Amino acid sequence: MPIHEKSLIRPENLVEHEHLVIEGVDVSGHWSTFIEGRSITDYNEAMQEEIAALPGGENIHRCWQCGSCTNACTVNAVNPEFNPRYWIYLIRLGMEEELLRDKDIIWQCVSCNKCTYACPRDVVPEAVMKATAHWLELKGHTPKSNSTIFDEGFASQVIKTGKIEDGLVLRDYFKATGQSLTQPWLVAMVTGLIKRFPVTYLMKLGIATVFPDKTRKWSKSRAAITEYVEECEAANRKALGLDAKGTH
Amino acid sequence: MADTKKYKKVAYYPGCALEGSGHAYNRSTKAVGKELGLELVELDNWNCCGAMEVKNIDPKIQTYLSARNLSITEEMGFDTVMAPCNGCYHNLKKAEYDLGHDAKSVEVNHRLSEKAGHGEYKAGKIETIHALDWIKEAVGEEEIARRVKNSLKGLKVANYYGCMYTRPRHIFPEKDKGPGTESTSKPHFMDDILAAAGAQNVDFPLKTACCGGAHTLSDSDTSTKLVLNILTAAEACGADVVATECPTCHTGLEMHQIRAEKVLGRKTNVKILYFTQLLGMALGLSSSKVGVQENFSDSKAFLKSKGLG
Ligand code: SF4
Ligand code: SF4
Ligand code: SF4
Ligand code: SF4
Repeated sequence: MPIHEKSLIRPENLVEHEHLVIEGVDVSGHWSTFIEGRSITDYNEAMQEEIAALPGGENIHRCWQCGSCTNACTVNAVNPEFNPRYWIYLIRLGMEEELLRDKDIIWQCVSCNKCTYACPRDVVPEAVMKATAHWLELKGHTPKSNSTIFDEGFASQVIKTGKIEDGLVLRDYFKATGQSLTQPWLVAMVTGLIKRFPVTYLMKLGIATVFPDKTRKWSKSRAAITEYVEECEAANRKALGLDAKGTH
Repeated sequence: MADTKKYKKVAYYPGCALEGSGHAYNRSTKAVGKELGLELVELDNWNCCGAMEVKNIDPKIQTYLSARNLSITEEMGFDTVMAPCNGCYHNLKKAEYDLGHDAKSVEVNHRLSEKAGHGEYKAGKIETIHALDWIKEAVGEEEIARRVKNSLKGLKVANYYGCMYTRPRHIFPEKDKGPGTESTSKPHFMDDILAAAGAQNVDFPLKTACCGGAHTLSDSDTSTKLVLNILTAAEACGADVVATECPTCHTGLEMHQIRAEKVLGRKTNVKILYFTQLLGMALGLSSSKVGVQENFSDSKAFLKSKGLG
C-alpha cells in the first residue's frame, strides 16, 4: 500500500542513517534514512457503515479526498493535527487504530461549516465530525467530552422547558465538568458588568436562574420529543452492535 | 408617495439569548424598529431553536423546534418572521430547507407536531429573514441616510458576520443572486446599513471567520485564540469598532476579549457593538436607549469621545 500520509509514519518505524540495520545486516553510514515496512492487520471493516448510521454520518461515502475541508477548517488553522479529510480517509478504509490516535481532538470541531461550504461532494464534513465524535463515545473509546456534556445539559433544558436561560446553562455546565465558577476571567467579566448594570436588571437575571422562563403549552411537545429521543438512542446503539443500555 | 417597501410589519422571534446575555441587542433592535416606524409582533409561546447544541443530540429534533416556531408564525397570520440572532435565523432556514428536501425530516416533524397537538409546518409558507434583511429591505440606505441625526462620521468599523449567517450556503437559496442580494463569501448588508449611517467601513478579511462559539466554554482556549485573531485583525485594519449582528458572536467576542487579556496577557482595545446600537445612536437615540450599558465590554467613554450616545 502506498504511503498517503506522512503522519502514518510512526517515529519508531524510522531507521536513521547512522544506525541502520536491515534484516540483520548492518549498513550504517551506507544507506539513507529508511522506513520500516508495516502491515496493517487491524482493519475494522464495519467502521464506515457504523458512522454512516449515526446522525450526520450519512454522506461519508461520497468523499473523494480533495482536501478542501481541511484546507478551509477553522480548527486546523489553530492545530494542524485536526484533519477532517484524513479522518474521513481512515474511516472509509477502516483504519480504526490510526483514527484512535487522534480520538481526543475530534470533538473540538467548532461547527463553523467552512468545510461544508467548501466541499464539492456534499459530504457535510461538519456533521461527519459530530457523528465520529459520537461514535467514539458510544464505543467507549473516549469519555464524554466537555462539549457533549454541554450539549446534553443544554438540550435537556430545552426539552424540559422549551427555553434556555444562559445563567442556568452555565452553572449546570460548570458543575457537571467540575470547574469553578470563580475563574479569574469570568470574575473580571461579571464584576465589570456589576459596576455598570442597573440593579433591577441583575435581579432579573438572578431570578431567571432560580425560576427559569418556560414556554407555555410546552408539555405535549416535551413528551413527544422525549419519546423520540429514546427511540433514536436505541436505534443508534443497535446500529453499532451495542446492547440497549449498559456498556459494550 | 406610496410606500411599497416590504417587511413593515413582521413576526418577531427574539430567541433565548436576547432575553439573557444578548438583551442589549433586543433592546436596540426594538428601539431602532420603533424609530423607523416598523412594527414587530413577538411570536406567542415561542420555544428555543436549540442553538448549536440540540442538533448534536439529534438533528431532527432541532428541525422540529424551528418548525414549531414557524407554525406559530403561520397561526398568527404572518408570512414573514424576523430573527436577529444568527443561530435562530440559521436554524429556521435550515428547518425550511430540510422540510423541503428531506422526507425523514418531514416525517419526524409530522409525528412530533401531531403528538404535541399543534399545526404541522410545511415548507414554503413562511419566509425567514434576519434583522439585516429587515432594515435593508423595509427602510433601505437612502432613507437611513435621510434620517441620520448624529452621523457615525469618522467611526472606523469592521463588520463581523460570523458563521451561521452565510454557511452552509444551500440553506440560503436567496443569497448569491447577483446585485442587491447578500453574498455568502463577502456579506455586505451590515456594511451597507452602517455606511448609510455615516460610518467608514474598513476592508476586513475576517467577516465570516468563526469565533469558536460552539465551544466557547467547553474548549475556551481554542475560542480565545480564534477571537483574539478576529480582534487583532480588526485592529490591524484600522477599526475602532467591531460591529456585530448576533448575540452569540457578540458575547463570544466580549468574553474572550477579556479572557485573552487575563489568560494570555493580550489586550485589544477595539470596541464591540451591535449594529443596531450603532444605527440607533446615528438615528439620534441615546446610548442607554440602545442598551450600551448592558454590554459586557465598556464603550461609553469611547462613544463619548466620538460624540455619540
Ligand atoms: S465545521 Fe468543524 S471540521 Fe468543518 S471546518 Fe469547521 S471546525 Fe473544521
Ligand atoms: S471537502 Fe468533501 S470531498 Fe473533499 S475531502 Fe473533504 S469531505 Fe471529502
Ligand atoms: S440560537 Fe440562541 S438565541 Fe436562538 S433560540 Fe436558540 S439559544 Fe436561543
Ligand atoms: S461566529 Fe461564533 S457565535 Fe457567531 S455564528 Fe460562528 S461560532 Fe457562532
